[in-house]
Amino acid sequence: MHEIRIHGRGGQGAVLAGSILAAAFVEEGKHVVAVPSFGFERRGAPVASFLRVDDKPIRQMTNIYRPDCVLCIDPTVARAVNVFDGIAEHGTLVQTTSKPLAELPLHERVELVGLCDAVALALAIFRRPITNTIMLGAFARTTGLVSLASLRTALTRSSFRDAGLAQNMAALEQGFEQTAVHRIDRRAAA
Amino acid sequence: MATVLEPDRTRPAFLVCDGNEAAAWAVALSRVDMVAVYPITPQSSLVEYLAKLVADGDLPAEIVDAEGEHSVLSVLQGAALAGARTYTATCGPGLAFMFEPYMRQPGLRLPMVMSIVTRDTLTPQSVWGGHQDAMSVREVGWIQMYCETVQEVMDTIIMGYRIAEHRDVMLPVNVCHDGNYLSFGATRVDLPAQAEVDAFLGVPNINWHAALDPSRPMAVDPLTGGAGGPGPRTFVKYRKGHCAGMQKALSVITDVHAEWARRIGRVHAPLVECYRMDGAEVALVTIGSMTGAAKDAVDEARDRGVRVGLVKVKTYRPFPVRAVVDALTGVRAVGVVDRSVSFGWDCGPLYQDVAGALGHAGLPLPSMSFIGGLAGADLTPGHFGGVIERVAQLARDGQQGSTVWLNEKD
Repeated sequence: MHEIRIHGRGGQGAVLAGSILAAAFVEEGKHVVAVPSFGFERRGAPVASFLRVDDKPIRQMTNIYRPDCVLCIDPTVARAVNVFDGIAEHGTLVQTTSKPLAELPLHERVELVGLCDAVALALAIFRRPITNTIMLGAFARTTGLVSLASLRTALTRSSFRDAGLAQNMAALEQGFEQTAVHRIDRRAAA
Repeated sequence: MATVLEPDRTRPAFLVCDGNEAAAWAVALSRVDMVAVYPITPQSSLVEYLAKLVADGDLPAEIVDAEGEHSVLSVLQGAALAGARTYTATCGPGLAFMFEPYMRQPGLRLPMVMSIVTRDTLTPQSVWGGHQDAMSVREVGWIQMYCETVQEVMDTIIMGYRIAEHRDVMLPVNVCHDGNYLSFGATRVDLPAQAEVDAFLGVPNINWHAALDPSRPMAVDPLTGGAGGPGPRTFVKYRKGHCAGMQKALSVITDVHAEWARRIGRVHAPLVECYRMDGAEVALVTIGSMTGAAKDAVDEARDRGVRVGLVKVKTYRPFPVRAVVDALTGVRAVGVVDRSVSFGWDCGPLYQDVAGALGHAGLPLPSMSFIGGLAGADLTPGHFGGVIERVAQLARDGQQGSTVWLNEKD
């Protein structure tokens, strides 16, 4: 089972990203449960969304405390919450940022990092910093857990229509294309 | 009454959706005639999905945006007396504001399905899940069923109409799904074919007994009671009839679930579900969406050699006394986990019912009440692992402790 935690800020679509990703996994025949966190939601406040995916049915409808993958769709949310809280060994981070890898604070358990300047891409595509679908492309590119084709299908089945659908489809594909993937050899670093 | 859908209208075979959207699709599949709504967290998106289904032509029902929950249910009572199949959903403060017509609905023997997207009650201020709202109305005389999964939300709403409209029952049904965890938790949900649902539900006959119908003029809900004339015996007749309908619902619920499994191919336990109870020495009793995490904890404990099983209560009102006693016969200790509080007994309400059933049956098992998941708090396999440990100790020493609050340190 994979446990994925999505971090963002209220209004950016972290919850919607979770449900589109869930639909993409279902396209591939996987079992999936997506549960948004809830707390004092308001636009701009840190929010999280949790996704479990497995080859067999999932019974737990709970939050995630030991994620093996953390997907950050906001560049600064990591300053407000500890996005690495409870991260599993050999963890993955998919992060929107304009910074190079060396300037990012990382957790010692993180071994796979995908970086995408999703805010810049979003401003070009949407003229607003809405990064969720871009970062789904970045997630697919980094982890290989889900195909771009399945994400495309999931997006088609979502509530996006017409021009909005076309923009988000472009966002998904650019996120996939414009993500740099880094493997960190922890044994060498030690 | 039901409007016939365009025959070529295609429906998805499955959706990846949350419990609120699944509930709305169940309403469409049940060919409900009238929906009245007032939004309240965490039920609001359910109302939005209903409005969208109506706007898209997937739910050819009349939708009434009433000015509050009191009007919502009053409007639907009029519609039901005119023969309509009706639906609404509410929770928490909305349910409180609905209380006056809520009390009238079962006494009028008007069948309907109403989702309670369960929410903890005020105060302290909270907008998140918990069973306190639904549990607070447990003695009003509605049937109450609690769902474990999103799929069960969809299936139970459809089954709810069959149960409510059964001639032996004629009572309203609350299908309860946990605020936050089921209302917003998304997973794959399979939709039954419309033709299958049509055959399963048949043609509704809501107002054969009480009607607002110019061709059958009658006084609905006349004044009864008092201390003289025909009043006392008439009132008792109504009350006894209501109790009889509730008791008959137990077998109807069982039959309807069996028929659902036969026709649709999905099996849901109707009254209680026994999970790994074979040879169990200790038992957990759970209700609602917490059950998934509790089953995982039971598996982990079984792997360590602890002989533990789980009994999930789906039908809470009428309380399935016989089924609960049968399920727990043979164990040495019971731990009941509630998502709400019985202030009168300093324990959980489900615990109170289970203890009552065991006492009634002359089966005085050591038992303890555990309360968790209040106001949106998470109940994890770790919490249930602790419950299992405590109940296993209770089986060994028989020392019943006071109520345990599971999220006290979260």
